[in-house]
Amino acid sequence: MGLEDRLPEGIALTTVSQAVSWARENSLFPLLFGLACCAIEMMATFASRYDLGRFGAEVYRASPRQADLMIVSGRVSRKMAPIVRQLYEQMADPKWVISMGDCASCGGIFNNYTIVQGVDKIIPVDVYVPGCPPRPEALIQGIMKVQEKIMKEGIKGTNK
Amino acid sequence: MTPVDYLPLLIMIVTAIIFAALALMVSALLGPRRPTHRKLMPYESGNIVSDTDPGRRRFPVKFYLIAMLFTIFDVEVAFFYPWAVVFRQLKVFGFQVMLLFVAVLLIGFFYLWKKGAFEWD
Repeated sequence: MGLEDRLPEGIALTTVSQAVSWARENSLFPLLFGLACCAIEMMATFASRYDLGRFGAEVYRASPRQADLMIVSGRVSRKMAPIVRQLYEQMADPKWVISMGDCASCGGIFNNYTIVQGVDKIIPVDVYVPGCPPRPEALIQGIMKVQEKIMKEGIKGTNK
Repeated sequence: MTPVDYLPLLIMIVTAIIFAALALMVSALLGPRRPTHRKLMPYESGNIVSDTDPGRRRFPVKFYLIAMLFTIFDVEVAFFYPWAVVFRQLKVFGFQVMLLFVAVLLIGFFYLWKKGAFEWD
């Protein structure tokens, strides 16, 4: 690469898209809400033992206006579905969604008329985390997958 | 100290202002803005509220009574805490004063009891 060879040592080059994605992936603000038992694992994930702060996503925002990551932690009942949808709609762009656990991903063991059979029926999901409930490590991996996705899609993927 | 010695401070202030302005400008330029009707709606914990919702609905007056009772006994407990801290210094006098205070509240308590304020139905 021509330009990089001529620069003195200690100077790195990047693109605007990469820089923005890098900033985004390392400061995710999850939305503070839990739907079922998966939420307990989610709480453990950002507490001291598993320390989600290492991935820059430990500050959960209680308002969708300040959040850009939705972690659907638990089963979504039909009564809750419009609320989940509204919360997603009110989140600031760009936004990502993790479907945490079997219930959120496909209904899990609740194969009945009260539970939405997968939250992807109401909102677009980026990453599915399997488990019943997933361990905090699994959720952390899910967040890392979201970070990978943010890095890959770049600024053009989200600024449509 | 001469004014020149404060130069680093000035540089720091100017750098901070430039950095803050730059960060705001960059996020304004690069961040997507997609306001939708639902995004601009009032946030009610995800509940969908109508734009024409009066917001002043009627609810049973019993809740008002419960709230008033709570306030009274909450304030009582709030007085207990500092009193408990200096309980030993105040000796018998503090105890007497607190007994008087509780007695006054108990008069109200029995009045409410007799009036049936603690019965929900």
